[in-house]
Amino acid sequence: MIKSKIRKYHAAVWDEPLVMDLSQPGRRGAFAPAIEDEIAGSVGNPSALIPSSLKRKVAPELPELSEFEVQRHYLHLSQQTLGMMGISLFGTCTMKYNPRLNERLVYQPFVAKMHPHQDPETMQGILEIVYRFDQILRDLSGLDKFVFQAGGGADAAYTMATLTRAYHAARGELAQRTEIITTVQAHPCNPATAAAAGFKVITLPLEKDGYPSLEALKSVLSNRTAALMVNNPDDIGIYNPKIKEWVKAVKAVGGLCFYDHANFNGVMTRIRAADLGFDACMYMLHKTFGGTKGGGGPAVGAFGCQKELVPYLAGPTVEKKSDGTYFLKEEGPKSVGRVREFFGNVPVVIRAYSWTRAMGIDGLRDAANISVLANNYMEKRLLAIKGVTKGLPELTQRRLEMTRYSLGELTAETGVTTVDVQNRMTDYGVDAFWLSHEPWFIPEPFTPEAGELWSIEDIDYWIDILEVVCEEARKDSDFVKNAPYNQVVHKQGSTNLDDPKNWATTYRAYKRKHAAKK
Amino acid sequence: MSAKDKTLPQPHPYMANTAPASYRELLRVAEVKEIDEVFEQIPNDHLFKGKWKVPRGIKSEAELSKHLTSILRKNISAEDYRSFLGAGCWNHYVPAICDEMVTRTEFSTPVWGTPSSDHGRNQVWFEFCSQLGELVGMEFVGLPLYSYGTAAGHALRMAARINGRKKILIPASLDPERAKVIRTYAGFKELDGFLEVVEVKFDKKTGRLDLADLKSKLNKEICAVYFENPNYLGALESEAAEISKLAHSVGAEVVVGVDPISLGVIAPASQYGANIIVGTTQPLGVHMNAGGGVGGFIATRDEEKYAKEYPTLQVSLTGTTVPGEMAFGLTLFHQSSYGSRENGKDWTGNSVYLWAVANATYMSLMGPEGFVDVGNSILSRARYAAERINKIKGVKVLWRDGFFKEFVVNFDKTGKSVKKINKKLLKHEIFGGKDISDEFPGLGESALYCVTEVHSLEDIDALVDALREVTA
Repeated sequence: MIKSKIRKYHAAVWDEPLVMDLSQPGRRGAFAPAIEDEIAGSVGNPSALIPSSLKRKVAPELPELSEFEVQRHYLHLSQQTLGMMGISLFGTCTMKYNPRLNERLVYQPFVAKMHPHQDPETMQGILEIVYRFDQILRDLSGLDKFVFQAGGGADAAYTMATLTRAYHAARGELAQRTEIITTVQAHPCNPATAAAAGFKVITLPLEKDGYPSLEALKSVLSNRTAALMVNNPDDIGIYNPKIKEWVKAVKAVGGLCFYDHANFNGVMTRIRAADLGFDACMYMLHKTFGGTKGGGGPAVGAFGCQKELVPYLAGPTVEKKSDGTYFLKEEGPKSVGRVREFFGNVPVVIRAYSWTRAMGIDGLRDAANISVLANNYMEKRLLAIKGVTKGLPELTQRRLEMTRYSLGELTAETGVTTVDVQNRMTDYGVDAFWLSHEPWFIPEPFTPEAGELWSIEDIDYWIDILEVVCEEARKDSDFVKNAPYNQVVHKQGSTNLDDPKNWATTYRAYKRKHAAKK
Repeated sequence: MSAKDKTLPQPHPYMANTAPASYRELLRVAEVKEIDEVFEQIPNDHLFKGKWKVPRGIKSEAELSKHLTSILRKNISAEDYRSFLGAGCWNHYVPAICDEMVTRTEFSTPVWGTPSSDHGRNQVWFEFCSQLGELVGMEFVGLPLYSYGTAAGHALRMAARINGRKKILIPASLDPERAKVIRTYAGFKELDGFLEVVEVKFDKKTGRLDLADLKSKLNKEICAVYFENPNYLGALESEAAEISKLAHSVGAEVVVGVDPISLGVIAPASQYGANIIVGTTQPLGVHMNAGGGVGGFIATRDEEKYAKEYPTLQVSLTGTTVPGEMAFGLTLFHQSSYGSRENGKDWTGNSVYLWAVANATYMSLMGPEGFVDVGNSILSRARYAAERINKIKGVKVLWRDGFFKEFVVNFDKTGKSVKKINKKLLKHEIFGGKDISDEFPGLGESALYCVTEVHSLEDIDALVDALREVTA
């Protein structure tokens, strides 16, 4: 039953051309500081400073525009991006408010204009915040040390894969320990980074309880096992209650255990990775800890581990001296080295520190409670909508902060798919929902996550829009299939972009291929 | 729920549903009496029952701001002191409009929408790729990667997938930090996909790659030759075309790392034989951020051989269902780790996509003339600084010709260590060049200095005066 008054909405439409097409010869948007006479007089023609073999002869075809024209163009493009201006319950990404205070702080010179190779005595503020945040995560996880070099959750998974290599290599067992075990519910970055690091991947399938059985795990464990990489709860909101036994079994054969804590939001202040026996874990600071997502980074996959693994961590690490000052410590001989340059996306760590201090331990508890409660609230309302079913409905225990649903019945009845519904919902100013990671083991999936940010009215509105769209699908399926209508542009055409004749990742390629077609 | 219920949330500015009425409504509809009911899946012995060290929240923004500022104010930035640090993170001017765009909430907070609702953002990404493609002279460009080093690491793995060979050559002059990243990506010999990394010497007289050593190491086993232009030690590889020719003669792929801010005046690597171009994106409108501003890219010719090995996501220009309307869609998504898990091409995930917004804005502001302008400004200032520093008694610029913005300064004859000199420079409110004495022991007491368009005559003269004083 629809509770809200459905509001009018239309996206901003500027029909904004490509910046290259706005170009007018001779316009200038920026100048470098003029070369002082003393410098010019001393060094002469700068072009003569370049070896003749390396002089650029043909200018790049970049746009020529005035400063204001560039500003207006990109402002138009920002307005042509829905970008969480409506309601975004994008599951697995834990959409949060990103406090503007943090933006104000991290764009000031005392963050923005810092260099990672400065003398540590001149970067005490940054080092102190990184150190303090490490302490906070140690408390929340029970682990012994966190590093922030990984540029996202996937990079933190890669950190684990490389650490696993270094750990077993140091024991002379790497040639034998070539297998990493994960589950079908784990985020694709776990098997993908394991494979990229050179491991064979064993993926355990889902079983009747909503997770693979302990027996299935045991059947693949051996002296070839290098590590286990799992998330818990998974993206369906299911918690594996046997996880301690899992960890014990993997450790018994000499493997390491990595906890992909992507879905930490619902279990903050209840579950600690170390208490479950894990050797290492990962938190996403751009998700759970209030950092900005930036449409896909800069992000931080905070990687933490037990004491025994600290020597293997990627360097440099932030440490505190007995006099209370902070310094960067180069990694030792056992370290994996670097997974990325420098010691992390510092502004994201600062945002996460600020957010966590604003929340406090009490706020984190409330946020976890509200996230899980709101998901259970959503379930009551969503399952009342005709065409919506719950993934793995036979599992009746309450889900955690997310539930995966299916629009399979709606699709069977009307032909309208979950992607069609997603497109149509944007016509009401509602951001896309998350579908499901590969593989889809629930038909026509969608995965909303309410989190602690969205008000009950926002959640209701989101649910109401879904219901409206389901009704529309039954009334006129083609109408929904051809959506959106109120968005910046219409539905993408049917051109196959995986065909080399069609794809064009640059305008130059597009123009060449387009001209060739004519 | 009684008023004394300890689980009743306290109002918080980031959480609407902490309001008692909202919270009660959630409980009522969800048919929950005690909040612990919704956690029924978690066994009791999994729950943490100890005491937390994390303090209670700071709900006042004024108080929080004061707390953070009191810590961050301890920093001394490149705005407070004159900084001559580069080495993978460079002090270039960031136009105000770049900062405006990356702080727009529509760009900074969301994650992913539909092609229609993300249209503006996808267009920015396409414009990033298109403009970068113009600078490097390549038609196929992926969305950004984490950093210069990770881009190089992925590119070398692309090369290995293309020709099936297992040995890569990298310059001994490479940034040790980037080299470590590349070695991480190259893997371990015990496991699949391992790439053996072999270093090619550099010529101590020029700072450039030693071609004789390169020749001696090239054979049909070599998968790829990686070099950078300018290289880590600042030198421009003027024999780049010859390096490429040699590499191609044994069937190796040529992977070249470049600094895009140089490409208004320096030839694009596509013109001297590069098959895969990688590089940094940080100089294009992104602050240093203590190293948190770095980003990378991969670009190639628009050929299936290369396109089908990209680990990144790519946006393509296409149309909508309405004739003449522009749309942007993903191309070759299925080969990413999102599409194919462990069977995908390496992996991808969150990257530094927000910086692509700054990069696109920067390239549009600069235009072709702006890149020539900034290139010349950098070349002139760096040369002026090098010449003046070289005149200081006991101080020597190792390679005075053929560099862009970085150059190596040797202090051997002053009898003082770079460490000491840099400490003393701090008293003059100067961050001296990066100490590379440990990284390159063969170069003695040396530092890598970086001079860009932000350094005025006055800045350079102040550095020279200070150096003269601290080395005397």
